[in-house]
Amino acid sequence: MWALLQNFIIGIQTGAVYALIAVGYTMVYGVLRLINFAHGDVYMVGAFVGLTLAARMGFATAASIPGFTLIFFFTLAICAVLGVAIERFAYRPLRRAPRITALITAIGVSLLLEALAQLIWGAAPQYFPTMELFRLQPVRIGAVELNAKYFLILFLSLFLMTALWFIVTRTRVGKAMRAVSHDHEAAALMGINVNRIISVTFALGSALAAAAGLLVSAVTNVKIDPLVGVMPGLKAFVAAVLGGIGNIPGALVGGLVMGVAEAFVAGMAGGKFSTWRDAIAFILLILILIFRPAGLLGRATVEKV
Amino acid sequence: MDPFKLLRSWPARIILLLAIAAGLYFLGNYLGNRQAFNPYHFRIVMLIGIAIILAVSLNLVNGVTGQFSIGHAGFMALGAYTGAALTVYGQYRFLPPLAAASPLVQQGALVLSMLLGGLVAAVAGFVVGLPSLRLRGDYLAIVTLGFGEIIRVSILNIDAVGGPAGFSGYSNPEHGRIVIPQLTTFFWVYLTVVAVILFSRNLLRSTHGLTFFSVREDEIAAEAMGVGTVRIKVTAFVMSAFFAGVAGALYAHYDTYLKPDSFNFLRSIEIVTMVVLGGMGSITGAVVGAAILAAAPEVLRVWLGELSRQKAIPSQLSPDLVRQLLYSLLLIVLMLTRPQGLFGGREVSLKGLFQRRERIPR
Repeated sequence: MWALLQNFIIGIQTGAVYALIAVGYTMVYGVLRLINFAHGDVYMVGAFVGLTLAARMGFATAASIPGFTLIFFFTLAICAVLGVAIERFAYRPLRRAPRITALITAIGVSLLLEALAQLIWGAAPQYFPTMELFRLQPVRIGAVELNAKYFLILFLSLFLMTALWFIVTRTRVGKAMRAVSHDHEAAALMGINVNRIISVTFALGSALAAAAGLLVSAVTNVKIDPLVGVMPGLKAFVAAVLGGIGNIPGALVGGLVMGVAEAFVAGMAGGKFSTWRDAIAFILLILILIFRPAGLLGRATVEKV
Repeated sequence: MDPFKLLRSWPARIILLLAIAAGLYFLGNYLGNRQAFNPYHFRIVMLIGIAIILAVSLNLVNGVTGQFSIGHAGFMALGAYTGAALTVYGQYRFLPPLAAASPLVQQGALVLSMLLGGLVAAVAGFVVGLPSLRLRGDYLAIVTLGFGEIIRVSILNIDAVGGPAGFSGYSNPEHGRIVIPQLTTFFWVYLTVVAVILFSRNLLRSTHGLTFFSVREDEIAAEAMGVGTVRIKVTAFVMSAFFAGVAGALYAHYDTYLKPDSFNFLRSIEIVTMVVLGGMGSITGAVVGAAILAAAPEVLRVWLGELSRQKAIPSQLSPDLVRQLLYSLLLIVLMLTRPQGLFGGREVSLKGLFQRRERIPR
């Protein structure tokens, strides 16, 4: 019973990270109908950029609250610029091309980012040192003792997603984003600068992916290498499809469902099935696509001829 | 009399095929001879052959039917592991010890494992094709990716084929260690190459082949014309997976060491790049793309090794890294400047060389 609860909480935490990445997928799919394969690699770049900035600043300073906040926002800004640049140079020229062409380009951009990261930071895994800031007291719930790091990541992710939700639903830019995702041409006729809105979408999505990469690697000290974004990226995409692609609350629900499913598979029968962890995401994906292709929260669309 | 008309008669075709087979046999004997031909170059020739089978078979799905599969390595993995498991666990059961067997028995075992590997992969292809009942475009692409990953993770979890450590054989309590026999010969690789090329070409020239193109061009219009689009897509997946499985079995009995990670997402993308480079839908393109991209890493290895010995380039530019840089830039630049690839759906045919360029309807 308590073990179940523990798995559930770990799953929620992982799921929140997936959701954070999935939001970027879902927003880009919403405005461009493109699976941005390079999105997972922005997560990786976020982790590396954060590590580099922290090392420059000195880990002692970086471990203070103002220090880490500074690093956090710089990393987000750099990755937002990266996202905008990717859209500008790789995807914009192909906006009128068949979707498969854009998809192949996205795969190319993903491979290119991995190769460039290897060139800049090397292939050997790197780690954030354990920072005082994140050495937290464990939290006890009944018989379960949980690392407070999980809650920190969970709350920060939820906070960022709430901020995004506010931008999308309560601001003029957000309204323009929703209009563009509905219909490019009609939005342009209403005086919306579609190119600018697409850039903003990429900036926001990339910033959130970078935030996920930085938080996970700085708080839990997991390894950072050029391929570290591939799996979270693919799984976050699955989460986005699970919740209904193009739908931001759907990304959150999808991410949490995926995270919990993974944690249960990993914890089932004393960890006997933990190696199947990576497969469960895709099994879920295939099931949802067969039985409810629009996703949990998505609306089925009728194809017009 | 028109020489091409003569070639079209049945006896002439059979004679031609036998001549090709004999030619391959003697060529294989020459190339496989270590004194006559550099064994390192021979390895490249073999890898190119296997890459051609993979690319031409993927072209059936990605190029001809207009679907987008990014899980081809999964089918190859199934063929490789099934084929290898057959020749490893079959020994002393229904196969004689293969290392000491006569060449004829060895070849028979190889063909058996090619067929079994192909069949198992074809069944998986059927399963992967089924979601196309409801899905199209990029969703289907993600499903193929997912299936590829599921296959890889499943193999990781089967201890009988080595799990994450890789598979090269097992220790039999009675007979000692039994390894994957190196059975693959030039003859069988290139006979499969000829088979997959002829199969694709004949299919695309038939009325049946036109229905595949129609699915690519406009699914809704095809459906309206009475084409069973789901059937066509599933058929394309099954045929494509079969040849990928055969290629896997050939690869398994060439390298004799398999590990799940060599059949990952990147491997699938490599095959996609071959097809895209050559031009989706063109068999000639797939062959040329496969040959270029299978030879490139080996050429790069030599070239970069030389450059880094002279300290002309930084040491972190490993061949693998340069290969990935090359692939990614190739994909992006091709899509931005020449999305139709090198051949753009055109074919080079024997007839075309003598008469006029032929164009498969697009």
